[in-house]
Amino acid sequence: MANAKTPLLEMRKIKKDFFGNQVLTDINLTLAEGEVLGLCGENGAGKSTLMKILFGMDVIRQTGGYEGEILLNGEKVQFNTPFDALAAGIGMVHQEFSLIPGFTATENILLNREPKKRNVISEVFGDRLDTLDYNEMTGRAEAAISKMGFSIDKNMVISEMPVGHKQFTEIARELSKDRLKLLILDEPTAVLTEKEAEALLASIRSMSEQGIAVIFITHRLQEILAVCNRVVVMRDGFVISDVPAENTTVQEISKWMVGRNVETAAKLDIRDHSAAKTIMSIKRLWVDMPGETVRDVSLDVKEGEILGIGGLAGQGKLGIPNGVMGLYEAGGTVEFDGKQIPLNSPRKCLDASLAFVSEDRRGVGLLLDETLEWNIAFPAMQVQEKFLKTYLGGLVKWRDEKAIRDVTERYIEELAIKCTGSKQKAKELSGGNQQKICLAKAFALEPKFLFVSEPTRGIDVGAKALVLEALRRFNRESGVTVVMISSELEELRSICDRIAIVSGGRIAGIRPASDPSEDFGMLMVSMVK
Amino acid sequence: MNETLDKTNLTLRDRLRGFVDSFGLPRLIIAAFLLMLYIAAPFVGAGFWMQISNTVNRFSWNAIMVLAMVPMIHSGCGLNFGLPLGIISGLLGATLSIELGFTGPTSFLMAILIATPFAVVLGMGYGWLLNKIKGGEMMIATYVGFSSVSFMCMMWLLLPYHSPTMVWGYAGKGLRTTISLEGFYDKVLASFLQINIGGLSIPTGTLLFFALLAFGMWAFLHTKTGTAMTAVGSNPTFAKAAGVNVDRMRMLSVVLSTWLAAIGILVYEQGFGFIQLYMAPFYMALPAVSAILIGGASVNKASIANVIIGTFLFQGIVTMTPTVMNNMIHMDMSEVIRVVASQGMILYALTRKTEATK
Repeated sequence: MANAKTPLLEMRKIKKDFFGNQVLTDINLTLAEGEVLGLCGENGAGKSTLMKILFGMDVIRQTGGYEGEILLNGEKVQFNTPFDALAAGIGMVHQEFSLIPGFTATENILLNREPKKRNVISEVFGDRLDTLDYNEMTGRAEAAISKMGFSIDKNMVISEMPVGHKQFTEIARELSKDRLKLLILDEPTAVLTEKEAEALLASIRSMSEQGIAVIFITHRLQEILAVCNRVVVMRDGFVISDVPAENTTVQEISKWMVGRNVETAAKLDIRDHSAAKTIMSIKRLWVDMPGETVRDVSLDVKEGEILGIGGLAGQGKLGIPNGVMGLYEAGGTVEFDGKQIPLNSPRKCLDASLAFVSEDRRGVGLLLDETLEWNIAFPAMQVQEKFLKTYLGGLVKWRDEKAIRDVTERYIEELAIKCTGSKQKAKELSGGNQQKICLAKAFALEPKFLFVSEPTRGIDVGAKALVLEALRRFNRESGVTVVMISSELEELRSICDRIAIVSGGRIAGIRPASDPSEDFGMLMVSMVK
Repeated sequence: MNETLDKTNLTLRDRLRGFVDSFGLPRLIIAAFLLMLYIAAPFVGAGFWMQISNTVNRFSWNAIMVLAMVPMIHSGCGLNFGLPLGIISGLLGATLSIELGFTGPTSFLMAILIATPFAVVLGMGYGWLLNKIKGGEMMIATYVGFSSVSFMCMMWLLLPYHSPTMVWGYAGKGLRTTISLEGFYDKVLASFLQINIGGLSIPTGTLLFFALLAFGMWAFLHTKTGTAMTAVGSNPTFAKAAGVNVDRMRMLSVVLSTWLAAIGILVYEQGFGFIQLYMAPFYMALPAVSAILIGGASVNKASIANVIIGTFLFQGIVTMTPTVMNNMIHMDMSEVIRVVASQGMILYALTRKTEATK
């Protein structure tokens, strides 16, 4: 028997790296029975990885396991599969639904754990042919739903449910497990309406009263304060703070979330361009980009500045450049240099001297199977007829291999791209060097205006600095206006002049980069839908 | 000492493996098999030079239809199983040229000229269709080939042809299944600068004509448009983001492929000496697909070298197996071996089709 002092869950010195990239460092976490723990942090802070370790997800084992130990009721446990975790009384509701659309709520709640009755056939052929005991199932489903404290129709088919009810079905499924002691909720309120979210918070409270511990992950900090006993903030794989919820405020939490070494990320030179002319004016832009919907964005970009666009994942910041550059369906008006740019036509944007470095390096940014020469020279060749020799009065436009090699070698040298030569295939380069190829491709277009989307995603610290420096130099030396989209606020603050924060598909605010981090943090969560 | 020895052994083995990897094991096996057939030929009483001549001849007939695979592979439309569509354009050109009364070399030239608009129009329709079903090109292409052949089976009977050299003698209407080209363009290219030394006979003109088209294709792939086409095949999203009209590039590649197929069948006919109608185009696509795959092309990468090596290997096997095998085992196994080799090759290539890296 565990005595009263032994916490339900204890995680000690958890460490995890993905191929040398440290994502969790010395995480210590304790959780008592019936306690509600709020876990927050920016995207990539390590929350999901920590939960995956706790839940024994395959991905952890496949990438070399983890260090440190997990104690459940004072006993050391090691979950190799989610089944082990389930058996130990840990339940998890993921961000993505795992429900069968054609089944009713009851069937989903008790899937594969249905109470059964024996029948003639199953006597002969074994228990897989037992009949389901629907009366008993209804009873258990009802019990789970009432335990949750929010009523859903147990006979409704999942595919006909509003999205919030699907979420509650998932929770009821976890609650229907008798042994459930710890429930992990990963951003459960992201898809809920305000009313449903309130109901969820109420049901979390009632679970807690029944002795079930809850780990609650959300970006809505208000909810954390409303329901949690304790708040743990993670950043860059560290636990930054672990405090009782009543002793903190939303401001403080958002500061912890984003404010990495605020002092050291000193501003080199913030310039004020408010007097400069508006080079791009975006009005009432909407973009239908899956997962990054832009609802209504109006934004003025001044000539010569570096404008940052930040915000949490899924709030629409990536949709802005993709929509303007015509890669996803968009509407609204975009004026560049006094002329209107037609949307949904990448060619027209490129012709107007805009360039775009996509966040999707491998999907959009590179010709992985072709040489670096092709990757760098291709857009400039197609759009501006550079690197071509013309014969027969322009009838034949022949690839100028020498000019292509020259420009490639120039950029390899300028950007310090590590490769075996200009003829190497793009897929053979590391992430950071691939990113530099993407930049070189855009630089070769010699644009007046450059969109750079997540230029440092998935590359190591050293390469990050080089990429940012290359962008800064490009802006300073060629006077190119740069709009940089990034999930990392500190990165934006280190290079941009102004930063716009996108939240809920709209611009939540634009501030000079010198403003304190927590202000930006507040903007990020201000309109989260 | 031992260690260094091991090391050199290892590098040698690595090098060998690297060679096998780059050249491809199946290609190696087929090349070895073909070589074996050539060596065996004189011993079983088949003239060596005659066999070489046969292979070169068959190569010259077929190479352009294999070349027709290249543009669509480059643009990412996959292997052109819809080759019969282009072949039908060529057949329309051939029959109309004769119907309009052209003879001799002029009839060949006119056949090309007449076939061209058909190839362009049909190719555009075919390309439009393929742009609608991106990802499933090869499946749809196969059915385009099937259905166009079946449709033309009716049309060859119904179209109002009257030339007595082509229509059925007793009915006076409807085209015959096989039409002799004597007096029209039989061997019109092959006899140009033909080399005859002993048993060896080289159809120089046909080879030159192929070389001309192959050079044209090579050159096209080095132009701005050709580069865009390759990029579309390599990563369509990249090409779109670089301002390339992806659908137009794909359409162009399909038209090019269809046109080359039309020219290809005309060249085949002049070497073979007959026009074959009705179900004949049906059997043309698979050998061409098979040849380019044997040549080392993948579903989205192909070079002129792939075309030349592949056509030579495939046609070599096709010509050599009947003679050598029949002489050797005195049993007609040739067709079986041919079918196993060609179909097996297609199957193999499709199962290990290398997609663009994602």
